[in-house]
Amino acid sequence: MTVTLTFLALLMAGFVAWLFSHSVNVRPWVAGSSETARRTQVPEWVTAPRMGLMVLLATVTSVFTLIISAYLMRMEMGADWHPLPDSALLWFNSALLVLASVALHGAWRAARQDAVERVRHLLIAGGGLSALFVVGQLLVWRQLAVEGYYLATNPANAFYYLLTSLHGLHLLGGLVAWAKVFRRLQRGGEPARLRSGIELCAVYWDFLLLVWVVVFALLLKT
Amino acid sequence: MAEREYDASSHAPPAEVGEMELVHPRTFIGKYIWSQDAKVIAIQYGLTATAIGLVALVLSILIRLQLGFPNSVSLIDPASYLQHVTMHGMIMVVYLLTAILLGGFGNYLIPLMCGARDMAFPYLNMLSFWTYLLSVLILVAGFFVPGGSSGAGWTLYPPQSISPGTPGVDGGIVLMLVSLAVFIIGFTMGGLNYVVTVLQARTRGMTLMRLPLTVWGIFMATVMALLAFPALLVAALMLLMDLLLGTSFFMPEMLAMGEITEREGGSPLLFQHLFWFFGHPEVYIVALPAFGIVSDLLAVHARKNIFGYRMMVWALIIIGVLSFVVWAHHMFVSGMNPYFGFLFATTTLIIAVPTAIKVYNWVLTLWRGNIRFTVPMLFAIGFLFTFVNGGLSGLFLGNVTADVPLSDTYFVVGHFHMVMAVAPIMVIFGAIYHWYPKMTGRMLNDTLGKIHFWVTFLGTYLIYYPMHFIGLEGVPRRYYAYGETTFISDSVQTLNAGITIAAIIVAATQLLFLFNLAWSYFRGRESGPNPWQATTLEWQTPHTPPRHGNFGDALPVVYRWPYDYGVPGAKDDFIPQNVPPEAVEYLDGAHATGKGAT
Repeated sequence: MTVTLTFLALLMAGFVAWLFSHSVNVRPWVAGSSETARRTQVPEWVTAPRMGLMVLLATVTSVFTLIISAYLMRMEMGADWHPLPDSALLWFNSALLVLASVALHGAWRAARQDAVERVRHLLIAGGGLSALFVVGQLLVWRQLAVEGYYLATNPANAFYYLLTSLHGLHLLGGLVAWAKVFRRLQRGGEPARLRSGIELCAVYWDFLLLVWVVVFALLLKT
Repeated sequence: MAEREYDASSHAPPAEVGEMELVHPRTFIGKYIWSQDAKVIAIQYGLTATAIGLVALVLSILIRLQLGFPNSVSLIDPASYLQHVTMHGMIMVVYLLTAILLGGFGNYLIPLMCGARDMAFPYLNMLSFWTYLLSVLILVAGFFVPGGSSGAGWTLYPPQSISPGTPGVDGGIVLMLVSLAVFIIGFTMGGLNYVVTVLQARTRGMTLMRLPLTVWGIFMATVMALLAFPALLVAALMLLMDLLLGTSFFMPEMLAMGEITEREGGSPLLFQHLFWFFGHPEVYIVALPAFGIVSDLLAVHARKNIFGYRMMVWALIIIGVLSFVVWAHHMFVSGMNPYFGFLFATTTLIIAVPTAIKVYNWVLTLWRGNIRFTVPMLFAIGFLFTFVNGGLSGLFLGNVTADVPLSDTYFVVGHFHMVMAVAPIMVIFGAIYHWYPKMTGRMLNDTLGKIHFWVTFLGTYLIYYPMHFIGLEGVPRRYYAYGETTFISDSVQTLNAGITIAAIIVAATQLLFLFNLAWSYFRGRESGPNPWQATTLEWQTPHTPPRHGNFGDALPVVYRWPYDYGVPGAKDDFIPQNVPPEAVEYLDGAHATGKGAT
């Protein structure tokens, strides 16, 4: 549980520090007084969708840290743990995901410059590369199955399939959002909303990449 | 005071967020079924939770009938007894308490109390309710599949829960795990809304330190739930894989029904860690909203500001944070390292500090207050009693040395029912009596309410107090029958019969409450906009019940905290949050410089 507790401690420390800065020296019983009232605002750049995404990602992080905690605990608990072989294809898949993330960042930058055509190309590239990543992950599953590494044969396998499928689901959820943004773009939606949507996608993909890097490192190391 | 041109709104900073666009439905279905209005969603949540809660109530009566009058009801056999216990526990903790406090009161009160038009993401909010309803239906389906619902206990401990021979292992357990996963997805959608709305959509002048404690309690509980429910999700997914796909996350090598299972190496302890990493925060997910609501009930009906507002907020936060590092006190008998147990006993007992601060502050709020013994107030005071009682027996169970002999006895049953069943339910009843006038425009019947309170309050003591004694004798819980067990004295059976009779009476009284809800909706006295003379924003809406958008044309501007009751020198004994300082009327001779003015 160390991993989970570390994550929670960091999150809670930030949260508590923020609350502290907004509650220390505040006299709630005083009416009127504008200067105390002004201080506790959320900064302007923190919009509702941005904050919503942050809260969602914190929840998803909680899911992954808990599985990783379970992974590390289970590894030590039974003598039956046989690590999986490292597949070269996983490196290739990782590269795809990095490229997807880069492409979406490019789309975000292009959106800020209102370069609609470039946005379109980069969005398609980002979505396409992500879809390829999913296909690549399925191929790795196929490879493993052919070599006899079935889900139920070993806890290491079971964790591998569980982690990769949850990560895949997380990515597919992102692709749904991506599809909505893309449809908005095709219909010539309002630029501000479009920018906001692309930005959220870019951040979401950064997070996907981060989770994948951690999961991949865990699989390589154990 | 300086003489200058006065613009009241200069007290409050500009709006944090722009006006929101609301979807105003025109049809009946759009208004009441597929509604995106948080108030309608709140009532949908509340009604669904009440309906499923009634099922759990009936189950508890069946359990009690078997314990009080063994083998008198042919309907109950050992397997179905375990199934009833499991479903009763799971429904009450997750599908009733969590859903009604966060989904029900959270949805109703957060936008109104923060001065928002609606939740930040109304569409997601609607999805949240329908996902919750789906999870309830999946759970209920467990009653009808072959083999019946799960009999694994609400803690779902493997290997028992998914081993052959356990009731409901053929289908009920799958449905329960799937239902939990669906519930968590639905809750996450709602929880996102509650957090973002509290942080983002507060009206002008509503600073964090001017939020009513109800909002603080629900907010903190939501943050905890968003971080703790994933543990249950992960545990449920892994348990499902163990059951359906033959993995061995939790399943050790063992002998089941005379055969050695194919699995090896899995760790049941791992499940317990994951489960209680969710399970303990869950206690506070239920308790913190109750703490918040009860603080407001006490302040309103004692006509006094809450004692130590900032301390109350910080106590909520500290309890929330600490609740993540105490989970292993549910596992003292799992064979853990004694030092490990000592560590968790220490963290557990530390939680008593912020909790005790809250209790003292509640009592000090009542001290010299102008107490009005309304029905909500009775329930709030009832909560203080049951909560302190349950908290004190918790001190025994939090210590390893006392917990080991008491583990899995009726002492534990008495403890947690007192502290996390009766105490929050008291608050929920109090809150319903308190906010029903705002939801419907009519008061609940007072006489029926008082009967409801006294029977429920005294009845729960008759039910749970004797359980502590039964537990001290060492009577284990979750047993269908005790047969000729030498260490159990005959008086235990007498006590059990008495408990069952009390339980039936208390359960019947809840029907009276339901009748009151229905009857008052049509025949209740009209309440007017602010029957309790409360200060918070939900009582200042132009319409009662509030319409979609809550506040009519303009959002209110907030000038003060929500606890301006009995302000010295002021003419009225309460000043609503949206009254600017210069609009407050003072008695002759009193200064405007008293508490409450700049």
